[in-house]
This record gives sequence, structure tokens and C-alpha cells, in this order.
Amino acid sequence: MKALKLLLLSALLLNTPTAFADKILIAAASDLKFALDEITAEFKKSNPLDTIEIVYGSSGKFFTQIQQNAPYDLYFSADIAFPEKLAKDGFASSDVVTYGYGRIVLWSTSVDASKLTLQDLTDSSFSRIAIANPQHAPYGKRAEEALRSTGIWHLVEPKLVYGENIAHTAQFVQTKNAQAGIIALSLALTPELAQQGGYYLIPDSLHEPLEQGYIITKRASDNLLAQRFVSYFETAPVRALMIRYGFTLPQENDGFER
Amino acid sequence: MVLSDNDLQALVLTAKLASLVTVILFITGTPIAWWLARTQSRWKGILGAVVALPLVLPPSVLGFYLLLAMGPDGPLGHFTQAIGIEPLPFSFEGLVLASVFYSLPFMVQPVQNAFEAIGDRPLEVAATLRASPLNAFFTVALPLALPGFLTAGILTFAHTVGEFGVVLMIGGNIPGITRVASVQIYDHVEAMEYSEAHRLAAIMLIFSFLVLLAVYAWRPGSKRK
Repeated sequence: MKALKLLLLSALLLNTPTAFADKILIAAASDLKFALDEITAEFKKSNPLDTIEIVYGSSGKFFTQIQQNAPYDLYFSADIAFPEKLAKDGFASSDVVTYGYGRIVLWSTSVDASKLTLQDLTDSSFSRIAIANPQHAPYGKRAEEALRSTGIWHLVEPKLVYGENIAHTAQFVQTKNAQAGIIALSLALTPELAQQGGYYLIPDSLHEPLEQGYIITKRASDNLLAQRFVSYFETAPVRALMIRYGFTLPQENDGFER
Repeated sequence: MVLSDNDLQALVLTAKLASLVTVILFITGTPIAWWLARTQSRWKGILGAVVALPLVLPPSVLGFYLLLAMGPDGPLGHFTQAIGIEPLPFSFEGLVLASVFYSLPFMVQPVQNAFEAIGDRPLEVAATLRASPLNAFFTVALPLALPGFLTAGILTFAHTVGEFGVVLMIGGNIPGITRVASVQIYDHVEAMEYSEAHRLAAIMLIFSFLVLLAVYAWRPGSKRK
């Protein structure tokens, strides 16, 4: 009985920092899928009472949804222009914070893509090449820019198939329905995809930067968990994890070897 | 209301896809419906359930399986490689095949109901008049089931026009080949081109209403016989 009391007491004490259990719903770009899942899992280890739900999808879609007052508390966008526009229109309760720069890679599960360059895509052995839809997916826009800067857009365009978002694009390549694709480095580095194929890092001089940013939405202005979660995002372990997933971080661009 | 070339292309493609799928399903769905209507076999339940699957399966399930099956490592992919034709994903032919599966119950079920409503009697009469089974089918069963065919054809066409998830998953969104109207609308919305989205969406809405109006307004007529 005494032991039980002690147990209850210690449980109570241990829980004090998170006694006010909170709940947030995050809308995040598909390229964050694996990085953010891992970050959230880590966060939950020290905050077991908090509930964090994440929806992954295309940044543009979330932008529209938040404009219609969708119930997201945090919004991580692959294109910082979306949260900036939301902040301007009064849908944010925080500043727009740059959390990283994405990179694009040429990825294939049919051939060893680490030995490829963009030029090779003109070869007839590549009959289908997947990119995200440049009309609304940030990674698709950058892929188109890179193909245009290389001067092979007109040769490659007839072979292009368009994924709805970057994860969908990777799926086309993963199932070998497309022989190659341009996807996010953060996806190519995930353990599951990394063992299926190599990648070629596309020089970022070929496209505009993929500056990514987050905001806390207006509806979460009083949500302490949202605040705590973004503070956690700035800590060293999270920054290291983001770098491991291929994101270049603001400020410390030269501080880390990649 | 002015449509861009891309929107027009998407509409034409959608009409082409839906027409072709309807014709193919008239040919392939009718024997299935006939068999289901006439058979005493214990396989009837199984085939009936398989035909009805697309009614309850999420398009994502069908799209996912088709993407794997049509890929170079899948059974359909092996088949297309063996006979030396183009791979099915990201092709118009692939969309046609997927839509035939997806719209199958919309053809088979109304036609099956129409065949069942005829009953044995007219066919027995035809047999006593020395009509061969094939002859009886074409001269007795088909004309009697005509309203059912009409409903089935309209529903199949309309359902194919309204297809979205499967096309998105296996189509690859190629202009003029797999970018149908529903996908085009989705892209307009995603790109925040709301006025373009509105135009196409309004056309789809009016079309769908007219189709359903046709089906429901004609329904009572099928009881005449």
C-alpha cells in the first residue's frame, strides 16, 4: 500500500511539468514526413502527456485550407511564400520562421542515380521521369527550374509525369513506373528509400532556393504546446536531425559538414 | 464563358475516356450481367461480390493496386512487356483499363436487374418457337432489357467522368493523355486559380445534374413492359 502511494506520488510529481496536457494539429509539407515524425517521437519522450497530430500534404493545399480557417495549429510549408502570405493576411500568431532550405535530387530505383547527372535524362532509356506538379508543388517548381537551367527542358518535358506532391512523386519512382524522378533530398535520405536507390544531388545554383518556413496559426495563439514545440525545434538535437535529413539550416550554413 | 485550350483539352479527353469505357463495358459487362442473372451456380455470389467491389473500395486502394500491378514488377507489367506494348501507367490505355474496373458495377448491376426482371417465361416462349438461345437473347432478352441498358450506359459514362482518385494515382497528370477534367479542376484549385476552377467545375456540375435528371426522369418508363 505504501509502495502504491509512493508510486502515485512520484507519478504525480513527474508529470507536473506537463500536467496541463495539450494538443496540437500540425499541417506539414510532405518532404518533412520522416524528419518531423522522428522529431515528434523524440519530443513525446519527454512530454508523454501531450498529443501531437500531423497531417502531411502539399504546402499549397494547406495554405488554402488555413485561409478557410482549417483547424491547424502549426503550419510547416516547403515554400516560405505561403506562410508569409498568411501572416500578411492575419492568419498567423507568430513571425514567419525559416526552419531550413530543401535540396532536390535526381533519384532512381532502376539505375544507380549517384552516377547520373541531369543531362542523362535525355537518354532514351529514361522513358518516364517523375517530378512534382510545378503548378502548385514547391519541389516541382524547383525541378522545372533546374531542368530549364540545364537547357534540357524541351527534351525532357514529353517524358514527364507529375506527382501530386513530393511523396507521390517518389512513389512513381519507387514502383519503377518512372525510371527516374526529381524528389526532395530529405526523402531520398530516409532509411526506406535510401536502401532502394542512390541519388544525385542537383546543384542548388540551378534553381531558386527552397526556403521553408513555419508559422503558429491565429487559432493557436494561446496554445502553449505550439509554443513549446517550436522552441524545441530550435534545439541542437533537432537541428542535427534536420541536417541529417538533408536540410540546410539558416544561420549555421557553414557550421556543419554535410 | 471562355475555356482555355488546356481546359478544353481536358474536357475532350474526359469525354473520349468515358465514351470508350462505356462501349467496352457494354461488350464485356453484358455477358457478365446475363450470367449473373441466369445462373444457379454457387459462384454467383462470389462474382457478384467481385463486380460490386469498386462500389465500396476507396479509389486509393484500387489506384494503389493498379499502380503496383501495372508497374514493371507487377503481373500486368510483365504481360505488357511480354507482348511488347507500352507500359500502362501514365498512358491513356492504362486509364481506360482502370476505369473499366472502376465503373464495372455501374454497367453490370442495372443490366443484371433488367435481365432478372424479364424472368424465364419470355425465353421459354422463344424456345418453343424454336429460337436458339443466342437468337432468343438478341431478339427477346436484349429488347426487353433496353431501359436497363440505357440506365447502365448513362451511369457508366457519368461515373467515369466523375473519376478522380484512381486517375490521380496512376495517370501522372500528362496533358492530353491522362489529365482529365476532374484532375484539371484539382490543379486549378491547388494553384489558387479559382476562376478557372469555377468555370470547369460549373460545367461538370451542370453535366452531372442533367445526366442524373435523365436517369431519374426516364426511370418510370422502364416499368411499361
